[in-house]
Amino acid sequence: MAPLTGFSLPRLLHPVAWWVWGVGMAVAASRTTNPLLLVLVVVAVGTVVLERREVGATNAFLPFLLVGLFAIGLRVVMSALLGGGVVGRVVIVRLPEVPLPDWTSGVRLGGAVTLEGLLAAAYEGMQLAAILACLGATNALASPRRLLRYVPATLYEVGTAVVVALTFAPQMVEDAARVRAARRLRGHTGRGIREMGRLAVPVLVGSLERSLSLAASMESRGYGRVVRRTTGSVRLAGALTLVGLLGVVVGLYGLLDATSPALLGVPMLVTGVLCAAAALAVGARRDARTRYRRDPWGLPEWLVCLTGAVPAAVLIAGSVLSWRGIVPQQVPAALPPVPGAAALAIAVGALPAVLAPVPPLLARSREATP
Amino acid sequence: MIRFDRVSVAYEPLADAPQSPAPAGEAYSTLFTEASFVIPEGELVLVVGPTGSGKSTLLRCVNGLVPHFSGGTLRGTVTVGGRDTRQHRPRDLADLVGCGVQDPTASFVTDTVEEEIAYGMEALGVDATAMRRRVEETLDLLGLADVRSRPLRDLSGGQQQRVAIGAVLAAGPRILVLDEPTSALDPVAAEDVLATLNRLVHDLGITVVVAEHRLERVIHHADHVILIRDGVVSGLLEPEEAMVSSPIYPPVIGLGRALDWSPLPLSIRDARRRAGKVRELLAGSVPSVTAAADPQPASPAVEVEGLSVRHGGVVALRGVSLEVRPGEVVAVMGRNGAGKSTLLASLVGQARRSAGSVRLGTLDPAGAAPAEVVRRAGMVPQDPALILYAESVADECAAADRDFALPAGRTAAVLEEIVPGLSGSQHPRDLSEGQRVSLALAVVLASEPGVVLLDEPTRGLDYAAKRRLVDLLRGLSARGHAVLLATHDVELAAEVATRVVVLAEGEVVADGAAAAVLAASPAFAPQVSKILHPLHFLTVDQVVAAVGAAS
Repeated sequence: MAPLTGFSLPRLLHPVAWWVWGVGMAVAASRTTNPLLLVLVVVAVGTVVLERREVGATNAFLPFLLVGLFAIGLRVVMSALLGGGVVGRVVIVRLPEVPLPDWTSGVRLGGAVTLEGLLAAAYEGMQLAAILACLGATNALASPRRLLRYVPATLYEVGTAVVVALTFAPQMVEDAARVRAARRLRGHTGRGIREMGRLAVPVLVGSLERSLSLAASMESRGYGRVVRRTTGSVRLAGALTLVGLLGVVVGLYGLLDATSPALLGVPMLVTGVLCAAAALAVGARRDARTRYRRDPWGLPEWLVCLTGAVPAAVLIAGSVLSWRGIVPQQVPAALPPVPGAAALAIAVGALPAVLAPVPPLLARSREATP
Repeated sequence: MIRFDRVSVAYEPLADAPQSPAPAGEAYSTLFTEASFVIPEGELVLVVGPTGSGKSTLLRCVNGLVPHFSGGTLRGTVTVGGRDTRQHRPRDLADLVGCGVQDPTASFVTDTVEEEIAYGMEALGVDATAMRRRVEETLDLLGLADVRSRPLRDLSGGQQQRVAIGAVLAAGPRILVLDEPTSALDPVAAEDVLATLNRLVHDLGITVVVAEHRLERVIHHADHVILIRDGVVSGLLEPEEAMVSSPIYPPVIGLGRALDWSPLPLSIRDARRRAGKVRELLAGSVPSVTAAADPQPASPAVEVEGLSVRHGGVVALRGVSLEVRPGEVVAVMGRNGAGKSTLLASLVGQARRSAGSVRLGTLDPAGAAPAEVVRRAGMVPQDPALILYAESVADECAAADRDFALPAGRTAAVLEEIVPGLSGSQHPRDLSEGQRVSLALAVVLASEPGVVLLDEPTRGLDYAAKRRLVDLLRGLSARGHAVLLATHDVELAAEVATRVVVLAEGEVVADGAAAAVLAASPAFAPQVSKILHPLHFLTVDQVVAAVGAAS
């Protein structure tokens, strides 16, 4: 028998575990603007994607990385043109400044572009890029559709909408490529702003039609039918869901945005998660659906959750205790110091690359090509 | 099992819709009226009718998608297994009725084969152990066991359609409703799907209701036929009886009608038994060959030399060489995924080639500006709606005139030639499939490109629309256009092609005169050729002409 790589027999890790890990890494990234730590985050999640992405799964990691790079570029250009919060000393170039009335205080058009300003903008852009990379990695590791199987049928309408929406975006990208190709058949290049306008209608119409037929397919295959719902339980579950989702969203926002009050962060998130869990429980009590090959929740799942929680906890602690280098000083521009504990914690986030079980198809293809 | 009692379906006109001068707004009016029939258990019933006659709507009535999901007004009563669709929504009928659609990818809810098959059972609350067993059984029944964990997107068209059927079947419905299950499939894959259906009816006693344009593929499997024409729905008819008056019929019926056979043979086997005399009569004669079969000695309109194209790790085309001269009609055939569409795409410079060269006359389409390419090669893509953007037919024609710098009204004139009397105020998306292909063709043909490329032009076309297309293509070829069509439709190839190229795994495996290539292949032989084998006749017209000459 071939030696088993990884922790247990080849199988897919529970999607919820991947999402806990991914959100943990994103929270860690949101707490620091230290470029070296941020690069470390991207490297860590990238390693896990390389090691544990199932063969044939959509690779959402690369597009998210590209969007991230774009965000960095945009951020730098905007801050060069409009100025930023950071007033630097080293002037790189002085753009012609457009005089603006006094009430636009803080905003300027053109003027001095400083090294410190650009670096600060780049760091903030990198932070966003790293968060996006974490989300992309999670998408690549556990398709949102697999996560969706755990939505109880009480949330029938929401479930349908989410499935349709999840199919909508990628299909739209595919449609756009096809429509652009077809546009060339009419002798146009398919590039440029005006062309984009021409493409929008067929792409949107096509995607909407597809969404409708997907919803029809779900309906005719009995989605949401065996839920014995009473008005009371529907209302209760609905209210709990709403409060829970709101709590989760606000809590996540609080966690990801370091400047918001601490009360908005963890406490809100915990309340939200509890409410959502209660909603699921109320829903599940009346849910007669069954599951095909339910993903098991075992030791690897706990470990992967933990490897996401550690960097999040350490970096939150670091930012609350304001360790040196978590939010590096911007003026004067200098290579920021790297806090060892934070770097180590982020490195823990790369451990699922060995801890998580190997997905089955990947395991097979690795066996085939030793 | 299924009872329709005086069922009428109508889509209401929009209240604020402007009074259009043309009364033709079919999309808003009554689709069919007073449909009454009873389908007993264990029947395979075929719904036959021209494009846009309401076949799909009739099928969607069976599980209540009409009117619960799509809107519209339904009068009368549809009862399925004792349940009235008025009180039962589609999801309440899911344990009884399974629905399959033309494009299976549009119906997939999950990512992999196994999950897709289990999805319906999960929703129905089938017990986990029973579900596990039923998934395994379904995988075996449909021959999908070796692709069970593959992502759905990576499967071939035939496999996808089988997964879609398996997914509805696994939930254990007693009724299967399928809308054009084979129209996107190559002949072999289609035969596969139909054989599966036949097995379900005979082994499990499942009731199957199926709509299909390519009657030649299904008619001999059908127990009964329902005809829809001009809003009138017939009762259950015997297939022989239905085919006598049906406005659309496959070549085997066409031959039977032309030679006054009664009762009409439905299958190749029946027809061959009847055709002994005809074969004797025609033993010495040679089929009259349609015009423009001789390629003109002019220089080739298309030259492909050692073309290779790769999509990621997959080799789509491998060293393909091909020459097409003006006046030739070349049918490119082969399995789903054999590289037909890629070949056509590379002729208009849309596929990145890894080796070889392509020339349209003197132009290399890969580097040329799109405006330059369309003057030489016009292509109608598989989904013609992709090249239509405007809000109305008239706008579309005007836009095409501008796109190709033509005098105003040129495209409209070409369209009038292809489909006379199409209302200019209609929205392209409201047109029937056949009308839409015609509009796309008009747009492409208006600038008179030397090379015309068509990707699966007969998908969703009924026989009448197909006949018009054939005439049009013959006209083009007579005027010296080179025509290339990628198609699964052997009957179309038999009618119109002067040459057939068969692709497999991205390589050319056969290239020669249509009669020789088509008649020699068991999969691609048209029905007439099978009936009259070993004579080299391909179409009903040829036989009729030869019989007339011989007697």
